[in-house]
Amino acid sequence: MTLVREQGSPGSSGPSARPRELAPRSGPATVGASKLHAQLTGVTKLFPAPSGENPVHALGPIDMAVERGEFFAIVGPSGCGKSTLLDILAGLAAPTDGTVVFENKPISGAVPPGIGVVFQEDASFPWLTVWDNVAFGLRRAGLERGETTKRVEHWLRFMGLADFARAHPAHLSGGMRQRVCIARTLVLEPRMILLDEPFGALDQQTRLLMGDELLRLWRATGATVVLITHAIDEACMLADRVGVMTARPGRFADVAVTRWPGDRDSRIVSDPSFGQLTGRVWSILRDESIKAIGHAEGDIGGRSP
Amino acid sequence: MTQSTAAVGKSRRLQDFALLVACILAAWQALYMIVGDVAITSPVTTLGYAIELLPSSDFRPHLAASLTAFGNALLISYAGGVLLGLTLGFHRFSGEVAEPMLGALYSLPKIALYPIILQIFGLGLSAKVAFGALHGVIPVALFSMNAVRGINPMHLRTARVLRLSSIETVRTIVAPAIIPEIVTGLRVGFSLTLLGVLIGEMFASQHGMGFLLINAINLHDVKMITTLIFVLFLFATVTSAILLAIDRRLHVRV
Ligand SMILES: Nc1ncnc2c1ncn2[C@@H]1O[C@H](COP(=O)(O)OP(=O)(O)O)[C@@H](O)[C@H]1O
Ligand SMILES: [Mg+2]
Repeated sequence: MTLVREQGSPGSSGPSARPRELAPRSGPATVGASKLHAQLTGVTKLFPAPSGENPVHALGPIDMAVERGEFFAIVGPSGCGKSTLLDILAGLAAPTDGTVVFENKPISGAVPPGIGVVFQEDASFPWLTVWDNVAFGLRRAGLERGETTKRVEHWLRFMGLADFARAHPAHLSGGMRQRVCIARTLVLEPRMILLDEPFGALDQQTRLLMGDELLRLWRATGATVVLITHAIDEACMLADRVGVMTARPGRFADVAVTRWPGDRDSRIVSDPSFGQLTGRVWSILRDESIKAIGHAEGDIGGRSP
Repeated sequence: MTQSTAAVGKSRRLQDFALLVACILAAWQALYMIVGDVAITSPVTTLGYAIELLPSSDFRPHLAASLTAFGNALLISYAGGVLLGLTLGFHRFSGEVAEPMLGALYSLPKIALYPIILQIFGLGLSAKVAFGALHGVIPVALFSMNAVRGINPMHLRTARVLRLSSIETVRTIVAPAIIPEIVTGLRVGFSLTLLGVLIGEMFASQHGMGFLLINAINLHDVKMITTLIFVLFLFATVTSAILLAIDRRLHVRV
């Protein structure tokens, strides 16, 4: 199901599996046409500047292909266009240039069915209980009541929220609220799940455990997962492939294939090859982050770009 | 378990309420003993007079006049305020233009506008209603506008991810998001509209509680003044307690 097994790589049988050499050049790893789930071609995004200045070139041109059932992570310095990329992939924003295809159909103007999105910020509905938050989408879709109850209860249990079903989000911690949002998305059984720095606000330990949960639900659902994160360890530990983005305008500087086994968990962080992988990703990201900070300083100093 | 906890909470609140009433009565009595009959009558005298006054045919038309004016003013404050606030909230540009003006109007002592109101509406019901509505409409509009502006953009994005229609988005996301804040505005608008109507009656009317009050002041009828204040106090306290309870109930989840 994963890209790793697709390419028939031998020896990826345990947490000690070694990552393959990083692809030397930027650009997506190629994906067989039958396995193709979503594809971005030449995607560029410009934001109009507020007051007649030059528009902000936020993203691209970028090419990206995600395989069905793949776990694809995207890391990049802050402000490089990761959220913009996710918005475009979800159909929430239109690219200035380029095309987006999901399940062989071009995306235009609306979120296609089959895509679920978990946002960076808490998006739980404070006026609904946890149960009603999770049931929200199913009710709107007019699913039969018994089936709704069954699915909601399953995902509440899966996300460890069963005891909080009748609480309101205001009474939960940030991490628990993010779980509510994840459950609310998963209950609709999306075929592709997009997550934008979902654990950004959590502490390191909780993040690792949430990562495990993400792997668990990825295996349980068989869905394609695209995870945006600023945490290199998170990306390297969870994903089949890690796209490393440049400073704004974001492009892929590299796409690293991790070759972890499908049944991996957070313990692979102690694997020597994990350090090797994160080291390589960091060496690219370090330069780009310096550039990103340089941009910001330039902006502050008022120098023209 | 939960039921008995709730029962305990209820009897506790009843106790608190009784204590509050006792404190107010005690303070009232103490004030009466200090300042004496020239400024205020005692609780007992006032209550006795209120029981006598309220059902009398001298008083009832004035009460009816005040309630009519207040009801109309409240209707205009609420309908106009919510409509204006929602428009300004959803239409960002007009909201940005109107906000400082509304703010200035809100802090302006509206009594300064009274001569103008009188010129336009003349003496009588419509002037009172206009003056009440003038007080109430602005806070209701400001709260409604801020309710719309406060909608979490992530909730609207969620609506798009769930592919809700506009009507469904309004019904299931926008409405529950803005209603608590609007109700707070209605609560504030309620007391300000009441204030506006009473001031209107005091300065330019031959009917209503406000008129009775100013009349009693001119005649130095201390018993009447104290009784009217007592009746108004009761009305304002009871209604605002009810509105506050609704408000709290709506906000508890947010
Ligand atoms: N609506 C917008 N209007 C103008 N500029 C924007 C807008 N959204 C994002 N940007 C700019 O585009 C760049 C990329 O933003 P974003 O995708 O949020 O970055 P990231 O998620 O990687 O931190 C940033 O420089 C940001 O300031
Ligand atoms: Mg972002």
